[in-house]
Amino acid sequence: MSRSIEQLESMVADLLAEARKQGASAAEAAVSSSAGLSLTVRLSEVETVEHTRDQGLSITVYFGKRKGSANTTDLKPAALREAVNKACTIARYTSEDDCAGLADPDLLARDYPDLDLYHPWNIDTERAKELALKAEQAARDHDRRISNSEGATLNTQSGSFIYGNSHGFVGGYPTTRHSLSCVVLAQDGDSMQRDYWYDSRRDWHELLSPDAIGRKAAANAVAKLNARKLGTCQAPVIFRADIAPHLLHSLTGALRGHAQYRQSSFLLDSLQQEIFPNWVSIQEDPHIPKGLSSAPFDNQGVATRPKNIIRDGVIQTYLLDSYSACKLNMKSTGNAGGVRNLAITTGDLSLEQMLREMGKGLLVTELMGQGVNAVTGDYSRGAAGFWVENGEIQYPVEEITIAGNLKDMYRQLLAVGSDTDIPGSTHTGSWWVEQMTIAGN
Amino acid sequence: MSNTLNLARETLLSPAGIDDQHLQRIMNRLMSSRLDAADLYFQYSRQESWVLDDGIIKEGNFNLEQGAGLRAISGEKTGFAYTEDLHLENLLEAASCAHAITQAGQSGRIAVTGRESREILYPSLNPLESLPDAQKIDLLKQLDAAARAADPRVKQVTVNLVANQDTILVMDNQGHLAADLRPLILCYVNVIVEENGRREQAGTGGGCRGPLTWFLEDDRALGYAREAVRQALVNLEAIDTPAGAMTVVLGPGWPGILLHEAVGHGLEGDFNRKGLSAFSGRIGEKVASPLCTVVDDGTLPGRRGSLTVDDEGTPASNTVLIENGILKGYMQDKLNARLMGMAPTGNGRRESYACLPLPRMTNTYMLPGEHEPEEIIRSVKKGLYAVNFAGGQVDITSGKFVFSLSEAYLIEDGKITAPVKGATLIGNGPEVLTRVSMLGNDLALDQGVGTCGKDGQSVPVGVGQPTMKVDEITVGGTAV
Repeated sequence: MSRSIEQLESMVADLLAEARKQGASAAEAAVSSSAGLSLTVRLSEVETVEHTRDQGLSITVYFGKRKGSANTTDLKPAALREAVNKACTIARYTSEDDCAGLADPDLLARDYPDLDLYHPWNIDTERAKELALKAEQAARDHDRRISNSEGATLNTQSGSFIYGNSHGFVGGYPTTRHSLSCVVLAQDGDSMQRDYWYDSRRDWHELLSPDAIGRKAAANAVAKLNARKLGTCQAPVIFRADIAPHLLHSLTGALRGHAQYRQSSFLLDSLQQEIFPNWVSIQEDPHIPKGLSSAPFDNQGVATRPKNIIRDGVIQTYLLDSYSACKLNMKSTGNAGGVRNLAITTGDLSLEQMLREMGKGLLVTELMGQGVNAVTGDYSRGAAGFWVENGEIQYPVEEITIAGNLKDMYRQLLAVGSDTDIPGSTHTGSWWVEQMTIAGN
Repeated sequence: MSNTLNLARETLLSPAGIDDQHLQRIMNRLMSSRLDAADLYFQYSRQESWVLDDGIIKEGNFNLEQGAGLRAISGEKTGFAYTEDLHLENLLEAASCAHAITQAGQSGRIAVTGRESREILYPSLNPLESLPDAQKIDLLKQLDAAARAADPRVKQVTVNLVANQDTILVMDNQGHLAADLRPLILCYVNVIVEENGRREQAGTGGGCRGPLTWFLEDDRALGYAREAVRQALVNLEAIDTPAGAMTVVLGPGWPGILLHEAVGHGLEGDFNRKGLSAFSGRIGEKVASPLCTVVDDGTLPGRRGSLTVDDEGTPASNTVLIENGILKGYMQDKLNARLMGMAPTGNGRRESYACLPLPRMTNTYMLPGEHEPEEIIRSVKKGLYAVNFAGGQVDITSGKFVFSLSEAYLIEDGKITAPVKGATLIGNGPEVLTRVSMLGNDLALDQGVGTCGKDGQSVPVGVGQPTMKVDEITVGGTAV
């Protein structure tokens, strides 16, 4: 069992009191506790049963404009005192920093919505095993070329957290997260390929069926068999919906306040600049009920709010926590800890229709490696997918790279598909980019 | 009983009042006649990190992690539970959870015995206390000043300094105890340079299993600051990278990431036992040019990837993976070694007590050849000279791997010419080493910053290689 909200609240109160006692002028603390089960089956047998039970706390203390922080997984009173003490010691050595401090009290979420994020699943190992077995069996039954399995995993976690600071803010709530995944191998002669599918939800009732997850994993793996390389060329590229969120995250990374004030963004000083075609809008909505990334307040207690990041192709806002906001002479946008639930304007075209419109080009279904330069926007990543001609998939391709610059890729976005049925917190269809360089043999 | 073991007992067991009889009780709860193996793993980890950014000491953080992981294994089945609270009651409860993998319980008696440690590979010191706090701060400031003084085009400097002490104690179902005290330090400098509106970044650093004073020896850390600036300035001049298949010469040291991705992961025991790897069932086959001998060596003193004993209590070893081009062996933890009828190789590693051990690499490198590095460059008419990398990834099933260049140059008519922009190299693991046509006599290991991820678990690793010429790799540039 994880700890109750009341226990966590009193721990946060103790931490803040201890910080004050040790001389801090301000402090903020977060405590979390979770418990769960992760069960993996492989080739019809249980492989691992993991009983998870995590807890942790973090404390940040301020002595005027200097700060120090500490974390611990030991929540006994002595460890709490030690953590506060270590944080205070560290604050003696950090520098005076004009922007260091708690969030502006006016921005704190005094009254926040219940986002319906807690749906505990009282599932035992037998039932968990049954569901995981079903997913794996569906994959193995789907095609005779499914030759091996890396397994199917059911994971369910339930936890709570409390954040509080010395402005008097205390907030927190329980959350749950449940997921089912399946990874299988397909083989045909010498060609061996692996692929997966999964679903993840706050409410377990909404999980995709084990059959659907297994079948999709199998179909993905089989489709990659006998992949070829491509000749080096320039061609249009469609990023399939399930990998398109990577392109959105490169965008929000570049708009983060930290990247702006440190001048380490390829979209530096870009507010009000048009970087997408004018039909593109991108929103963040942290308040979607049951949303995987939903949160009523950010990591500093600042109220989150739905907002346009891009409207009609134009950048509307940076994504700021209170520190970077201070550095840029702006106000926090409630993005301490990241962005929550992104959505991009989608069009009417299904993926098949997009392929037909494109005629000839590359459909990318997999990206590999870290080749995105956040400072310059230069983009070069390993890829796999399908070569498209006459508007139809011709054959799978692998061992190629796609390269360009993110600024060009955003400007050359031709369409976003209606195929938004992907797991995760991002709402997007497939992205059709006018042209990129493909390297092969 | 060894000193390490006593220190580990004092750190981990004494504060919670756990004695040998308690360990026996927990193991009896965990183990039964139907089980093949079980272990208890105790960990106490302290980490301190400092960040200098924007000219000031911006962040300092202390992190304390402790807990115990309990594992019961029956055939291929593993039951696992962990707890942060090391009191006997919690440990017994966790043992019951982990044990539930098998139905009935029937326990035998075991005697707790301490295993004599082999010679330890790094000092049993606490790196957090290896330098007074004020001197840690001085070091960060010196590096910032050195980077800014190196060139007026330096606009931003970030310095990270991390010291970690990890104390582990593991007991197997025979009652054997093994312990390890692992210091780990890291220093990393990142810079952003700007010229005529063009901005570029670069970073470099180093680390080892030792005291923070290591960074002061021979101005080692100052070297990181100068090197980061040098690389960033090179990037300011970089032109578009050509796209397509070409000859690539990899520099010595850190480019050994190629080995880690292209062959290392594919030779981990779990993937091979399950038949998931492109290298499965290929022991004895030719998988590389006869020039290539690749080892995984966890016994190098003080190295970031080294372990006196692994996280299952097995002493680390020097394992030959590929010898003169022939696949010789896999890296094993206890579970996969037992199921494959092989010996454990000391590669059973876990990120923490809250994770299951997996076969993982330690320090993976290729032995040197006989060519002068200059000779290798001179032999290339048109190609790429790749010296620094940002990281890599592999699909062990298809064998496809990538890694990202952070410093590279064109080779034209046997000479190193223009620097090129960051690009990705992509290849096929079982094929790439068959195309190695020349090896330098300049084997180097990396500077100690590598971290490897697998199944969501991160562990510190090392890589290394001599200058290496590969006749063809696909380079993911933009220039056609």
